[in-house]
Amino acid sequence: MALESLKMLKTTITRQALTHLDWLESEAIHIMREVAGQCANPVLLFSGGKDSICMLRIAEKAFRPGKFPFPLMHIDTGHNYKEVIDFRDRRAAELGERLIVRSVEDSMARGTVVLNSDDESRNKHQSVTLLEAIAEFGFDACIGGARRDEEKARAKERIFSFRDEFGQWDPKNQRPELWDLYNARSFKGENIRVFPISNWTEFDVWQYIERERLELPSIYYAHSRPVVRRQGGMLPVTAVTPARPGDTVETVRVRFRTVGDITCTAPVESDADTIAKIIAETATTTITERGATRLDDQTSDASMEQRKKEGYF
Amino acid sequence: MSAIENIPGMDNGLLRFLTCGSVDDGKSTLIGRLLFDSKTILVDTLHAIERTSKKRGLEAIDLSLLTDGLQAEREQGITIDVAYRYFTTGTRKYIIADAPGHEQYTRNMVTAASTADLAIILIDARKGVLTQTRRHSYLAHLVNIPHLVVAINKMDLVDCSQTVFEQIMSDYLDFAAKLGIEDVHFIPMSALNGDMVVDRGERLDWYQGPTLIELLEAASASHTEHAEGFRFPVQYVCRPQDSANPDLHDYRGFMGRVESGAVAVGDAVTILPSGRESRVKDIQVSNQSLPRAYAEQSITLLLDDEIDISRGDMIVKSGELPNITKQVDAMLCWLSESPLDPRRKYLIRHTTRESKAMLAGIGFRMDINTMAHQAAEKLAMNDIARVSLKLAQPIFVDPYADNRATGAFIVIDESSNNTVGAGMIL
Repeated sequence: MALESLKMLKTTITRQALTHLDWLESEAIHIMREVAGQCANPVLLFSGGKDSICMLRIAEKAFRPGKFPFPLMHIDTGHNYKEVIDFRDRRAAELGERLIVRSVEDSMARGTVVLNSDDESRNKHQSVTLLEAIAEFGFDACIGGARRDEEKARAKERIFSFRDEFGQWDPKNQRPELWDLYNARSFKGENIRVFPISNWTEFDVWQYIERERLELPSIYYAHSRPVVRRQGGMLPVTAVTPARPGDTVETVRVRFRTVGDITCTAPVESDADTIAKIIAETATTTITERGATRLDDQTSDASMEQRKKEGYF
Repeated sequence: MSAIENIPGMDNGLLRFLTCGSVDDGKSTLIGRLLFDSKTILVDTLHAIERTSKKRGLEAIDLSLLTDGLQAEREQGITIDVAYRYFTTGTRKYIIADAPGHEQYTRNMVTAASTADLAIILIDARKGVLTQTRRHSYLAHLVNIPHLVVAINKMDLVDCSQTVFEQIMSDYLDFAAKLGIEDVHFIPMSALNGDMVVDRGERLDWYQGPTLIELLEAASASHTEHAEGFRFPVQYVCRPQDSANPDLHDYRGFMGRVESGAVAVGDAVTILPSGRESRVKDIQVSNQSLPRAYAEQSITLLLDDEIDISRGDMIVKSGELPNITKQVDAMLCWLSESPLDPRRKYLIRHTTRESKAMLAGIGFRMDINTMAHQAAEKLAMNDIARVSLKLAQPIFVDPYADNRATGAFIVIDESSNNTVGAGMIL
């Protein structure tokens, strides 16, 4: 027993428990540095959304005073909120890092993306444009801000997730991932998707934004916006998603919990116009982030899994 | 434990734990219960599983549906892969690694265990200690999880009998002693009713010990209970050489994570493999300087002397050197469908370092059902064996039992780039 208590004493001297945010941040920095160390030509996907804004701060902490060992890239559906696109460009310029933008509209012009109908959402077609950009630049790794708490299929995805030449994820045949020994090896044409904030929840993200005082596009905060109510949810009225005949357009105080393609991202009713208020709301919300705001995940129980198998992030 | 309490108070850090057992033991129900009682499950998710429960003709909500992840799993009614779940109690964040309990999935359990600080082993009170229990306990012990909790579940189905609980506890301790397992806690439980998970319930009042959540809140969130040497594998070297900023001209930052121990400015350090010595000039996180850094912090180290250091090198405190070796004895878990071929060369990844390696010999294969040692010529998926390996490059190791970070390695097959093995150095 004397030996045991001595060991305990030593433990208290050599260890300083990290707060949960410090631990998550340190893990994410470690992951980004592994990408830089193991991959020849990685890229970081930056959409101007809150998760990828956190990723940029983590990249700063991982690599400053040096430059990022990867460019930033956005796959633009052409249906994004102007506030977010402006923010994206400004943030990349402030950081002095290179931003690559590739557009779903270019893939449509090339004929590699064909919509079923003019008003079909372009969101799922981002996969095609992403794969084209990966081939164009020869990227061997794409770093993204996806989180395991977002969705059931993501809960089972590795932090370093292998994709074959077609960008496909095979959930039944994933590489074992042990300790923090990540395997980013791939052959030419194949690709590794890397998710440094896999272990973060929506709540962690908001707490991190508050702690780091990160600036966000204005539409994350409560604002007045014309919407229509359909199928129990709210849809924003925009040039891309106009009101249909018979719709009642109302102006409501709303904010976005996620931002993405306009056609599939819905706002929630809210008066939260500061981070502190958003955190308070997030803590007491009764609806999951994707459940509330992602129209594309509600089609079926397995819709995300299906899209990921097809190469979606 | 209402959601509103989740706002202030954090921070008792983060605890990663593993649940072992099959669906029959009520593992999914237990995880569902933890998520449900900690208000992590939100209304839309609850509605979705309510609908599914009804579709399957169940009267109550089946909490186990929460952990059914993939379409393929729902079709087959089994769990295929490790899933990660998250919840918070207001003071601590938890990451659950949910590992399937089927026999053929040893590799998944080892994977899930490799990052866990604590393991919950579920026993069905009606069945007692089974082969599966022994297997799970052995694996948790092999991967050196510091804390073990044995949850004796479905107590409601044995009339909440204290005698049954004590008999199982005594059976378990018998074989645990043979394995060398020391730190075990036992909890009687009914995950279905929620007794002794978050709330105490009323049926098990003879039990005076902590509930599961009380145990989780109190467990030390560290990977180790004993002092470890400072180990800093270099991940990346930062040399900005920014022409606009002459101050940075000579900047050489060695980036990595403190895998164990602690370091302070002024400490004498040795760089491996060169053996050159220097002192710590500065410890940086982002643009801030710190006087010292501890295990698990990602930092940048600056040294007094200009030394050529690259990824794969390790910085340690002088006087606390690890073993520098080209030959290791290890327990190896084979993870791949293609068996270990003794004639082939493989790649080893140990910390941030890689080396070619080949098998020098198999000591024995472990029968994880009987704990018997068997002779073996080759290893198939899910086999665990004591092996000797010869390496082309030296690696800097500590025994896994003393240091998880410098005692662990993975084996990669260069012909497929797959991770095919996981090793723990003896």
